[in-house]
Amino acid sequence: MFRKSFYLGSLAVAILATDVASAQEVNLYTTREPGLIQPLLDAFTEKTGIEVNSIFVRDGLAERVAAEGQRSPADVLMTVDFGRLIDLVEQGLTQPTESTVLNAAVPANLRGENGHWFALSMRARVVYADKDLDIDSITYEELADERWRNAFCIRSGQHPYNTAMIGAHLAHHGEAATEAWLSGLKANLGRAATGGDRDVARDIMGGLCEIGVGNSYYVGLMRSGRGGPDQERWGAAIKIILPTFEGGGTHVNISGAAVARYSPNHAEAVRLLEYLVSDAAQKLYAEANFEYPVKQGAPIDPIIAALGRLHVDGASLNDVARHRDTASQLVDRVGFDQ
Amino acid sequence: MIRTGGRGPWRIVAAGTALAVLAPIAALVVTAASGSEDLWRDLIAFVLPVAARNTLVLLTGVGLLTALLGTGAAWLVAAHEFPGRRVFDWALLLPLAVPTYIVAYVYLDVLHPVGPVQGVIRALIGVDSPRDFRLPDIRSMIGCILLLSAVLYPYVYLTTRAMFMMQSANLIDVARTLGHGRRRIFFRVALPLARPAIAVGISLVLLETLNDIGAAEFLGVRTLTVSVYTTWITRSNLPGAAQLALAMLCVVVCVMALERWARRRRRYANDAQHPRPLQRETLRGSRGVLAAVACGLPVFVGFIVPAWYLIDATIARVRFAGVPPSLLGEVLNTVMLSAVATLVAVAAALAVVYAVRTGPEFLPRLFLRIASLGYAVPGTVLAIGLLPIITGIEAAVDTVATALLGVSTGLFLLGSGAAVIYAYVARFLAISAGSIEAGFSRVSPSMDAAARTLGATVGRVLWQVHLPMLKPALATGALLVFVDCMKELPATLLLRPLGFETLATHLYGEAIRGTYEDAAIAALLIVLAGILPVVVLTRVGARAGPAREAEAADGISTLSG
Repeated sequence: MFRKSFYLGSLAVAILATDVASAQEVNLYTTREPGLIQPLLDAFTEKTGIEVNSIFVRDGLAERVAAEGQRSPADVLMTVDFGRLIDLVEQGLTQPTESTVLNAAVPANLRGENGHWFALSMRARVVYADKDLDIDSITYEELADERWRNAFCIRSGQHPYNTAMIGAHLAHHGEAATEAWLSGLKANLGRAATGGDRDVARDIMGGLCEIGVGNSYYVGLMRSGRGGPDQERWGAAIKIILPTFEGGGTHVNISGAAVARYSPNHAEAVRLLEYLVSDAAQKLYAEANFEYPVKQGAPIDPIIAALGRLHVDGASLNDVARHRDTASQLVDRVGFDQ
Repeated sequence: MIRTGGRGPWRIVAAGTALAVLAPIAALVVTAASGSEDLWRDLIAFVLPVAARNTLVLLTGVGLLTALLGTGAAWLVAAHEFPGRRVFDWALLLPLAVPTYIVAYVYLDVLHPVGPVQGVIRALIGVDSPRDFRLPDIRSMIGCILLLSAVLYPYVYLTTRAMFMMQSANLIDVARTLGHGRRRIFFRVALPLARPAIAVGISLVLLETLNDIGAAEFLGVRTLTVSVYTTWITRSNLPGAAQLALAMLCVVVCVMALERWARRRRRYANDAQHPRPLQRETLRGSRGVLAAVACGLPVFVGFIVPAWYLIDATIARVRFAGVPPSLLGEVLNTVMLSAVATLVAVAAALAVVYAVRTGPEFLPRLFLRIASLGYAVPGTVLAIGLLPIITGIEAAVDTVATALLGVSTGLFLLGSGAAVIYAYVARFLAISAGSIEAGFSRVSPSMDAAARTLGATVGRVLWQVHLPMLKPALATGALLVFVDCMKELPATLLLRPLGFETLATHLYGEAIRGTYEDAAIAALLIVLAGILPVVVLTRVGARAGPAREAEAADGISTLSG
């Protein structure tokens, strides 16, 4: 009896909810941390009057949207890693979007065929080094040198940021060389491959390692003091080098979004995407999140601009994504996380 | 003559509950079957040997350490008098309130080379740079074992202390009159008697350890659970992850069977009709101080340090930016979801256990076992298994409603939070069932028979005879379920409605962004809520003496049953 009335109650709530939902709105499913995306969403609502309902799902975003199927309220799907974005496309959870605004703002190599996905911001995978170290350039390949034995720190090899970087190495050098490279990195680890990118800075300050790999925007988050005084100290303890692949450039990853296959608020979904690549939003991406804008000519935050000029690596996002399974297998094979 | 009528409805509810818990696991089996075996070659070659070894080392380490801490503390508190004993009696339970992922984070910060502890040490020995002197990194197997043990030992303490207080008195007095010394009595009499209780406590500790993803991953220990997770996420291989998860579930079921086997002698222990409190030996001077230190250390490590850290971080955050405006709504969401889930879990557990009580045949017993299975499935895995079940129900209802009423019900389970409640109930039903089972076992079956011969229906017997006596067991079970719901993260994250945050999801969102101070308030509230059952358990104990306290402990001890 209890169960029955409980379900009836939920039913009533659901029906009530559908009635109220007649105002203009758009539903966003995101793997992006809510605190990072909220300023952009607030600005969008203020500008357009469209309410954004968002749900932050770390793992299982694709599974949830797939299970919801045609009834899914999802309008826009947003991820912070290209691999996960392309997963959504490959599972048929996105729909093509034709928008001159989007096509004009986002360079062709940063959007999918037929508008199945769009990059919104970029981040570089850079080297954090002890500020007293006497180096000012390095390649990703050189991180495996014996010189850094027990002095290298990085988060889990299985993290999407790292499988993407390893995927880029695969695209450049092939499987055998990448496995050897990973073995070298593994031998260099100054501590277990775990934690986050910011821990690399803290561990360099703590003397556990001299050099490590992390994303560019964390540098801005730490050095701006926005993460509190402790993190500001970590950010000050390191210097940043934009590493390159031999014969290539710096590895970048994207945050991006797509219109969901069964989007019930299609027009609003496209408007949200268009807003996110507008000058105003791209400026917010740079200022609030310290990311590289995708739109040509959009400003870069001074802290990030001070890291030096970014030469984006030539390996295409699609190539990198194609190699991510092999990358993950290699991580296991060399026991990187063990 | 006793009529056997009136049992049907209980059995139907019991069967329905078992089915509801089994459904997500069945969905996992289907998912697993859709995958190939390709994955396994690689896994067996490179991942499983290490992951299995890590898991084994972790389980062994945590098992041994919690056994030592839990049993040692219980013996000190139960059989001795020393400074602070009354406080330690309940304070030793406090670490239960601290989730494993929080303790891991706190200690990484506190013990980091640039953290306060090593800073003080360097200042004392006159070293400037962490490069010249630092302690071993906490991100290691040993660190993981120490931290998990520091918050999980109360399970062993709780079950074992009750056992020492309940059973040993008479036998120990006998041993004493025979001239045995204190130490000999402990090893020859008390410890063997308490073995089932210790086994129960340890098996709970092991299940919690197996379920943990947060702490192990954070500390860089690659366990089987973490492997399931990376297989799913990094390889985008859900069938592979399901295969691994099911293989693990088999292991867990074996652990549970082992625990039941260890508990098979409990009946003998429970039959003590007039438990007499143990005569406490007073420890004087340095021995008393030593006992106080031994009891104080686990409380300090497992509770005081994390709580102090969170309070400190919360004050810093509130000074800096005030209380986040969303917090009140998150507290309400958390309490509402947890409260409804607790009600459903207790009601369903009552039905399942009562179905066994009124007809202890094979089927009702099987229903009880199945209904308790969810506790053995890691939250992430259970949530993934639940997704197709929930959306399947939604689709069916929607189709019918659209056809008959012309109203679309859409995603009424995911959209209303009912999906999260389903997950909580499926996962934590075992806890309430354990409590209630233990409560029932203290009510003589002759009571039922007497009431039935007087013409009461099965339902009325429950309502008028059992429920009044079951109150403490129900309360204990409900509180433990409630707190576990509050702490639950992975299923909440995946199954909650749009724009809906709880304390745990708030905490997680901030923690992975690295804005830990913002997360501290949510973490502190979760820990404070976790203290509630500790307080209640203690009060129950204080009011009704060891027998009632043992009952409360029993409730916990049968969780895994």
